Amino acid sequence: MKRSADANPWLLPEGIEEILPPDAAALDQLSCRVIDLFTSWGYQLVSPPMIEFLESLLTGTGKDLELQTFKITDLMSGRMMGIRADTTPQVARIDAHNLKRETPTRLCYAGTVLHTRPESSGGTRSPLQIGAELYGHAGIESDAEILCLMLKTLASVGVTDLHIDLGHVGVFRGLVNRADLDASAQARLFEILQRKARPELEALIRDLSIPGDLGDALLAIIDLNGDESVLGEAGKRLAGIDDRIDTSIAYLVSLTQLVRDRIPDAPLYFDLAELRGYHYHSGFMFAAYVPGYGDGIAFGGRYDDIGAAFGRARPATGFSTDLKSLMAITGDHGSQAAGILCPWSSDSELLDRVEALRAGGEIVIMQLPQQQGSAADMACDRELVRENNQWVVKKLD
Amino acid sequence: MMKNTLTIAVSKGRILEECLPLLEQAGIRLLEDPGKTRKLILETSRADLKIIIVRATDVPTYVAYGAADLGVAGKDVLLEYGGDGLYEPLDLGIARCRMMLAGPAQATNGHGRLRIATKYVNTTRRYFADQGKQVELIKLYGSMELAPLLGLADRIVDLVDTGKTLKENGLTPLELITDISSRLIVNKAAMKMKHGIIKPLIDDLARTVAR
Repeated sequence: MKRSADANPWLLPEGIEEILPPDAAALDQLSCRVIDLFTSWGYQLVSPPMIEFLESLLTGTGKDLELQTFKITDLMSGRMMGIRADTTPQVARIDAHNLKRETPTRLCYAGTVLHTRPESSGGTRSPLQIGAELYGHAGIESDAEILCLMLKTLASVGVTDLHIDLGHVGVFRGLVNRADLDASAQARLFEILQRKARPELEALIRDLSIPGDLGDALLAIIDLNGDESVLGEAGKRLAGIDDRIDTSIAYLVSLTQLVRDRIPDAPLYFDLAELRGYHYHSGFMFAAYVPGYGDGIAFGGRYDDIGAAFGRARPATGFSTDLKSLMAITGDHGSQAAGILCPWSSDSELLDRVEALRAGGEIVIMQLPQQQGSAADMACDRELVRENNQWVVKKLD
Repeated sequence: MMKNTLTIAVSKGRILEECLPLLEQAGIRLLEDPGKTRKLILETSRADLKIIIVRATDVPTYVAYGAADLGVAGKDVLLEYGGDGLYEPLDLGIARCRMMLAGPAQATNGHGRLRIATKYVNTTRRYFADQGKQVELIKLYGSMELAPLLGLADRIVDLVDTGKTLKENGLTPLELITDISSRLIVNKAAMKMKHGIIKPLIDDLARTVAR
């Protein structure tokens, strides 16, 4: 069977979608609503380029992002360019190299990114990524702010029944540090933990002759997930192994308190074996889940020093989400106002009236000569008609 | 995926048959005999728990998309189609067999790339790549044993239970690639959001398996 390239010229590539009316307008409104919220918290909008040199896109971000990035050769410079698969490194560059502020810097963005492969089964390859980043503060307070901002963002777009999963890279780092594993053993451990594959973990502990208490700790973190009681249990079961672990757990306890002071019913849960974004994060990390979605809908955490390659290492924390999936979850497709249909004419009185109505926020559609379709077909519920020598807006039945 | 119900995806045949006694010991019985019904959604003695019948290779797909919260999948399927994005907390120890490289007893390595006929192309490619060898893969969907006999391939990679089929077709098991058994797999979001009902089920099954 020969596949002809032009047999279906309308066919879009897998995972690439277009957004039609009324969804496109609803998506735009959603984006404005979120940016307005970010703005009200002091996050300034930036608009990084769609495409740039590969090195600057991928600096400090790890191999996963490289595989996710579409690449092309720049015919002007002979260098490789990448289409952004994640906006965060770009915003980090803007903070480190372009803005160079000494104050904490709050930045936000909204724009399409492209992925070579969908991140989740059946997912899109062109998410509309929207996010907020806070640079220049290394304390727990900025992490709490980012977490609160994400909760407010999801609430503002109508996502309910949330479940926030919190973790900290220090737990795994501490364990790996103590176990003194080489890179390949670390990679195997990492892969097994991500699948919570207890039987394989038991086999690996035997294979690598990891000593008893450390092996028990590794097996324990697979089960250390659930509500706040997990942190208490983790404190006991992982005590005295590595300072980093104790610090990380204490950090999550304090962070939870800070967030609860601001959002008392924040649905915070914990998973000490969750390692999504591990290669990229340097502190706490989180993911938001909703029922009915097999994968997370928003992700974030601390990623200090990503700006180092751009001349200035700055503490950084932030989150991002995909607006398209948020719209799908909330099922909010917006409502478009009905318009006013007006006959084609060069009558200046009519044209003035049309201008005035449009300036007042009305949709006024000029009927084209010999066009097909009624006012209703044109999404209009009113009509401009000439009555008693003046143009009046008349409701249609 | 409703908030307080569980759906388990299982494939018909050996996995379902060997799975039912485990579920029974965890207090879960099917309300209908799966051998006598053509229904694909089976109710159980637990009102909040359903079992869906899907093809073996589709189990990870149902669970990854969240259409099923849990599933029972052979390690062969997980290795081949990727268990990424799934939790794999328990080896149920059922439907055991071995994934083996097999070929004619007097096989020689010959020149150039070995041609391997298999259903498990990804697993086979990885297995040989780990040994520093590149092989030519021929994807077949069944009757693998024919391929070396008719000169289509030099070797095959397939699941071997008793080894009888291999023997009757003049083939010998050559190398063990991996032991296979069925795993309990769990959707990541479901594990987090339905923790309260999934965790006790995993614990119950783990106790049963350990016995």
